[in-house]
Amino acid sequence: MKPIEAKNVDVYYGENHVLKDVSMSIKENTVTAFIGPSGCGKSTFLRTLNRMNDYIETFRKKGKVYIDGIEIYDRKVRVEDLRRKVGMVFQKPNPFPKTIFENVAYGLRIHGMTDKREVNERVEKSLKQAALWSEVKDKLSKPALSLSGGQQQRLCIARTLAIKPSIILMDEPASALDPISTAKIEELIHELKEKYTIVIVTHNMQQAARVSDRTAFFYLGELVEYDKTSEIFTNPSKKQTENYITGRFG
Amino acid sequence: MNKIRRNRLIDSAFKYVGVACTGFGIIVLAIFLGDILLKGIARIDWDFLTNLPSRRAHRAGILTAWTGTAWILGLTAIIAIPLGVSAGIYLQEYGKKNRLAHIIELNIANLAGVPSIIYGLLGLQIFVRMLDWGGSLLAGAFTLALLILPIIIVATREALKAVPNSLREASFGMGATKWQTIWYQILPAASGGILTGIILALSRAVGETAPLIVIGALAYVPFVAETPMDEFTVLPIQIFNWVSRPQEAFLVNAAAAIIILLAITFVMNGIAVYLRNRWQKKVTW
Repeated sequence: MKPIEAKNVDVYYGENHVLKDVSMSIKENTVTAFIGPSGCGKSTFLRTLNRMNDYIETFRKKGKVYIDGIEIYDRKVRVEDLRRKVGMVFQKPNPFPKTIFENVAYGLRIHGMTDKREVNERVEKSLKQAALWSEVKDKLSKPALSLSGGQQQRLCIARTLAIKPSIILMDEPASALDPISTAKIEELIHELKEKYTIVIVTHNMQQAARVSDRTAFFYLGELVEYDKTSEIFTNPSKKQTENYITGRFG
Repeated sequence: MNKIRRNRLIDSAFKYVGVACTGFGIIVLAIFLGDILLKGIARIDWDFLTNLPSRRAHRAGILTAWTGTAWILGLTAIIAIPLGVSAGIYLQEYGKKNRLAHIIELNIANLAGVPSIIYGLLGLQIFVRMLDWGGSLLAGAFTLALLILPIIIVATREALKAVPNSLREASFGMGATKWQTIWYQILPAASGGILTGIILALSRAVGETAPLIVIGALAYVPFVAETPMDEFTVLPIQIFNWVSRPQEAFLVNAAAAIIILLAITFVMNGIAVYLRNRWQKKVTW
């Protein structure tokens, strides 16, 4: 049973057919990169995996999406439980306007953890996992928004890790950051993949090549090619893929 | 003259026009305030604040008037705040954005502009007559609550709208329910705007005269109200009453009472502005 499986997924925003018959499965403890030009549907597909598209009024879907074997659009599925298992990190860091501690503790509180000692332990552990602990351990009660952009993004990763997901979705997590912060995030992804299954949408092909095990190339709503990263970037089987990675368009 | 010179001329001319208009407003206000202060400030003393009204001007005080204003403010707040904020939250966060919702939004904004005396008539029929509460504090408070409800609802909605969606996304992305997101993230972030709106709405209620006269707030109330069912008067009505008397001494009383009313209004508005500035500084998206 793969952690993520999509079967013949079509997505419409009203009349707009944004994803066309996408099928793929993602293995545990791998990093998969979604690449493709703007508007090709990669972010849409990512958001379909944790039902964040539910908030768009005109969203319609066909086909099936399975997370750990459960069809997530089934009526009986509690979307809050799904999102605990499938965490998301957004493009622009969006920490809550609260203290650093509360940012990480928020997820624990809303999912019912009340024991103070446990919360403290989990917060520390998550901040360590996100490689942020040493930088913030003396100022946990300072506002999260006083951190730099790169630190804020690692904070967002920490708060996602705190609730122990099994899958982490990242929507262009480093595109708003400077090169050094980007490098830190990429290093983090490399460490995290031992315990988590990671899917990352990126515009940066070098990043995809550095960071991922498999890569999926989307174009105009279709999944054109999905293969080992090394294959995609050195020996792509589709002409469109080759054109994109060599920069002929996109 | 050529275009460039003309534009420069218009630019500096407008500056002077702007200063003149602003100055005009400020000068008129200053004259009014100065006049009131001159007439009334000497009259304000402890007796004035603690005496009941009287037919003798030098013995008359505003005790019943300002306690009435305090009562009305308190009761109106208790009724209007929970109703208004809840309605605002529901309409903004839970309501579907369809045609009906749009019509409701439009009509609530319209209600905020309805002349207050109409609310007085509404209150007279429903609270005073149908529910048989008479010209009591309760009837007055409910009437004013209806009056300021649209203001609070609109202020709540605007404050909620100003919270960026990235905050909601972050919260939902972590598996929070809608209510958890609203209670733990959105309301705290919007609280400054909501509070400011509440204070401004209440400061409007403090000055309302017509609807209270219509529902039967009396002009001559020689006792302090003790329960919500008691009859009452408020500062604006007391002022109105005194201004209508021919004796000079009562005009002095009126001026003094106006100063008190202005002080209350300025303090409330000042608190609202202070809170709004503090909130805007704290919240940096």
